[in-house]
Amino acid sequence: MSLIVHFFTLAGLYLTLQAQFIAIIQILVYAGAIMVLVVFVIMLLNLGKEENMHEKFNLRKKMSLAIGVMLVAQFLTVFLGKPTGMNALPEKSLQMGSTQGIGTMLFTEYLFPFEAISLLLLAAIVGAVFLAKRKSESA
Amino acid sequence: MNLQSIPLEFYLSLSAILFTIGAVGVLTRRNAIIIFMCIEMMLNAVNLTLVSFSAFMGDSAGQMFVFFVMAVAAAEAAIGLAIVLALFRVKQSVYVDEVNIMKW
Repeated sequence: MSLIVHFFTLAGLYLTLQAQFIAIIQILVYAGAIMVLVVFVIMLLNLGKEENMHEKFNLRKKMSLAIGVMLVAQFLTVFLGKPTGMNALPEKSLQMGSTQGIGTMLFTEYLFPFEAISLLLLAAIVGAVFLAKRKSESA
Repeated sequence: MNLQSIPLEFYLSLSAILFTIGAVGVLTRRNAIIIFMCIEMMLNAVNLTLVSFSAFMGDSAGQMFVFFVMAVAAAEAAIGLAIVLALFRVKQSVYVDEVNIMKW
């Protein structure tokens, strides 16, 4: 549930960056499609209340937490250490983020990745259909 | 004329924090669906970095890449959840530490 709120918040952040197309696509694809998939899977699995077999706070979790803290400390030292002085978006970003800007770039310079993505989605659909087929139908 | 905005480093540090939370979540949790949602969170953090750099540099390559990353994430979502469902059909469990048939 909070992941859905997370996606909507990120869409708002994209709007502050003048990336309107990406913001709307984020809401449509992530919050609309992927989270609906996840909710469907949770519904189909019928898990019930998550049985807390007393998840041990064992060594694996401690090490993961320690590595995570070190990772975020490294990131923040690099990013916040020296001010970059980039406080303003260039004027170009307004029309670059609009649907017309993205569409122009998508169909001229990035045409080949666009077609390749369609192949990838086809492969994903075929794979998902095959994985979800019931065993009783085959042979 | 430039548009006033939040400085770049705040976007980058937010993205770094989100990525680390997602990474720690993938390493720590047992439920396969939760691990999958943490992977999506990591992908979102990277998207945020790409879009913020693209906006501040005035280069549209970042936003195009985000478009393709989202498409790849959607495809991977479908396949990953299909795998989780198939696994549940066999093992009746979604906890990844119980999937140890191949362990010797």
